[in-house]
Amino acid sequence: MLKRVHFQPSVLPYLLVAPQILVTLVFFLWPAGQALYQSVLIEDAWTGNSEFVWFENFQLLFEDTEYLSVFYRTGYFAGAVALTAMFFSLILAGFADRIVKGSTIYRTLLIWPYAIAPVLAGALFVFMFDPTLGILAYGLKLIGIDWNHKLDGDQAMLLVVIAAAWKQIPYNFLFFLAAMQSIPKSVIEAASIDGAGPIKRFWTIIFPLISPTTFFLLVINVVYAFFDTFGIIHALTDGGPANSTTVLVFKVFKDGFVGLDLGGSAAQSVILMSLVIALTVVQFRFVERKVEY
Amino acid sequence: MASIQINNLRKTYDGGVQAVKGVSIDIKDGEFIVLVGPSGCGKSTLLRMVAGLETITDGELFIGDRLVNTIEPADRDIAMVFQNYALYPHMTVYNNLAYGLKNRGFAKAEIGKRVRKAAEILEIGEYLERKPRQLSGGQRQRVAMGRAIVRDPAAFLFDEPLSNLDAKLRVQMRLEIRKLQKELGTTSLYVTHDQLEAMTLADRLVVLSGGEVEQIGSPIDVYEKPASTFVATFIGSPAMNLLPLSKDDNNWKLDNSAVVDVKLSTDLAELTLGVRPEDLVIEELSEKFDTGLHTALKVTAVEPVGAESYVHGTIGEGSVDIVVRAPGKLHFEPGQILKVTAKPDKLHTFDMLTGKRIELQGTLEIA
Ligand SMILES: Nc1ncnc2c1ncn2[C@@H]1O[C@H](COP(=O)(O)OP(=O)(O)OP(=O)(O)O)[C@@H](O)[C@H]1O
Ligand SMILES: [Mg+2]
Repeated sequence: MLKRVHFQPSVLPYLLVAPQILVTLVFFLWPAGQALYQSVLIEDAWTGNSEFVWFENFQLLFEDTEYLSVFYRTGYFAGAVALTAMFFSLILAGFADRIVKGSTIYRTLLIWPYAIAPVLAGALFVFMFDPTLGILAYGLKLIGIDWNHKLDGDQAMLLVVIAAAWKQIPYNFLFFLAAMQSIPKSVIEAASIDGAGPIKRFWTIIFPLISPTTFFLLVINVVYAFFDTFGIIHALTDGGPANSTTVLVFKVFKDGFVGLDLGGSAAQSVILMSLVIALTVVQFRFVERKVEY
Repeated sequence: MASIQINNLRKTYDGGVQAVKGVSIDIKDGEFIVLVGPSGCGKSTLLRMVAGLETITDGELFIGDRLVNTIEPADRDIAMVFQNYALYPHMTVYNNLAYGLKNRGFAKAEIGKRVRKAAEILEIGEYLERKPRQLSGGQRQRVAMGRAIVRDPAAFLFDEPLSNLDAKLRVQMRLEIRKLQKELGTTSLYVTHDQLEAMTLADRLVVLSGGEVEQIGSPIDVYEKPASTFVATFIGSPAMNLLPLSKDDNNWKLDNSAVVDVKLSTDLAELTLGVRPEDLVIEELSEKFDTGLHTALKVTAVEPVGAESYVHGTIGEGSVDIVVRAPGKLHFEPGQILKVTAKPDKLHTFDMLTGKRIELQGTLEIA
């Protein structure tokens, strides 16, 4: 027999969730609604008059080859950021999992970058990689690489990928480490008795066993690269040179606030929003079911 | 197959815990050695040092005639069965068994042959394509055993492999492990804190306490001639009764009163007298025999355990608890006084201070 506990109706629960609901309403649902609304209007930048145009904004976007190339660039950028950030955090976590002494210091140091605001992280990389003043640009010159991300689009892309990935490593590191430490020690010991060296153990035992975490992080990192890299790009390259680091979220900003094409910018936001909703759905539906061993 | 020589092995963990304090054991080729002792006495630590999973602080470890102190676990030619089985959860049973062989570069055909043979011996052939989580505890245990035997190693190491099984399965697996080990003739080192497992499996028992060896010997030797009061009370259930006695005017006294009637040929002024519950006889229920010990027992409780009964009681001022194990279903009232007695050759004597066994010359005079 299942017995349910019944509570007297009370306003208290509603009061308790009210702040959360309010925040969601004001900072998420309302802007999202605004974006949806704006995306079906075309506004005259000079007079401020707007006209209802159905899906013309979307149609224009998909006919615009520039927009499509931004789409591909964003895919490339997100893939590069996610893979770089995950690869290095995986290796760092692999080492952190093995060391016994000084692990607290090691972990603390690795987590610090996460506390740095994206714009500050961007500023940091601007200093280090500045073609004339930056210490790393200087070092690269010494080994024969002519670094100038202000002129070279590929280098600019490389720079934002590195900066964005660097910022995300601590987050991934924590999740990877937690996942690795939840593997029973005896399983690893059994593998070492079974003749597998550290590297073989990592790829044949540890890596398969943390695959749910890896998948989860992949989604999180892609979402991060789509949205949260705005500050870094803004500070580092401002989308340039020649739009070579303009990704979707940056184009939304540029078209809307600089180009004053509110309708087109809103339509882009709506597309971006649907992408993230789709990713989140994928994550919720598959993380627990598909990635099992 | 190989012998294992453990020479004065020590382990001090970071932080200063001395888990193993100089243990020496000579294990002959094909022998089944059981390490037994209370929780925290260093059994697992010792076993893990043999496996190479724990570094050796001091001492020497030989497997065969090779000094393996600093050799990697993989190269020691041993296999280990863990308490939680430690199966690879993402691999099928087949791959769990094959993993160690693959890592050692065996040919595919040879791997298949060995895995199927091991699976046949352990009767897990029909589960080869399943993942560990699709198996019952007993089946997982068999897979863990299988993983050890496919490699045909020089030695098996077991760390409480049966303690996660239910009582019935434990008895069955115990018998199977014993049979398997005899058939394969592989040297084995087995850790348990279950004394029944220890007694039934071992060629020789090693009783550990506080990181030191208390006694090494065949189960019967350990049972019949415990080397110390620790071993005497650890092996055997219910535990051996211990009476602290002191001599006064040629009479042995307990709590300063002559409630115990025993004659011992020794110059010692005090000692601990040990007698197993099944060696104590209630005089009212038995035929006359030459007795070494007489005393009166005040019954506190009777526990019937089927074919026999445990009669609990106290002697003297009530400071010493005694258990008598007597056949049949017995009924005594609490407070009833019983005369109990034991044969002279059933008495054990220990040094009162060190707890070490003392063999009295000419054994005991008859009272
Ligand atoms: N990694 C470690 N670091 C420090 N001390 C440890 C470590 N592992 C074990 N010890 C200590 O060493 C002693 C022996 O431990 P061990 O695990 O060998 O006991 P055990 O005989 O196997 O006990 P049990 O029957 O409970 O498994 C204990 O006092 C334990 O606290
Ligand atoms: Mg243990």
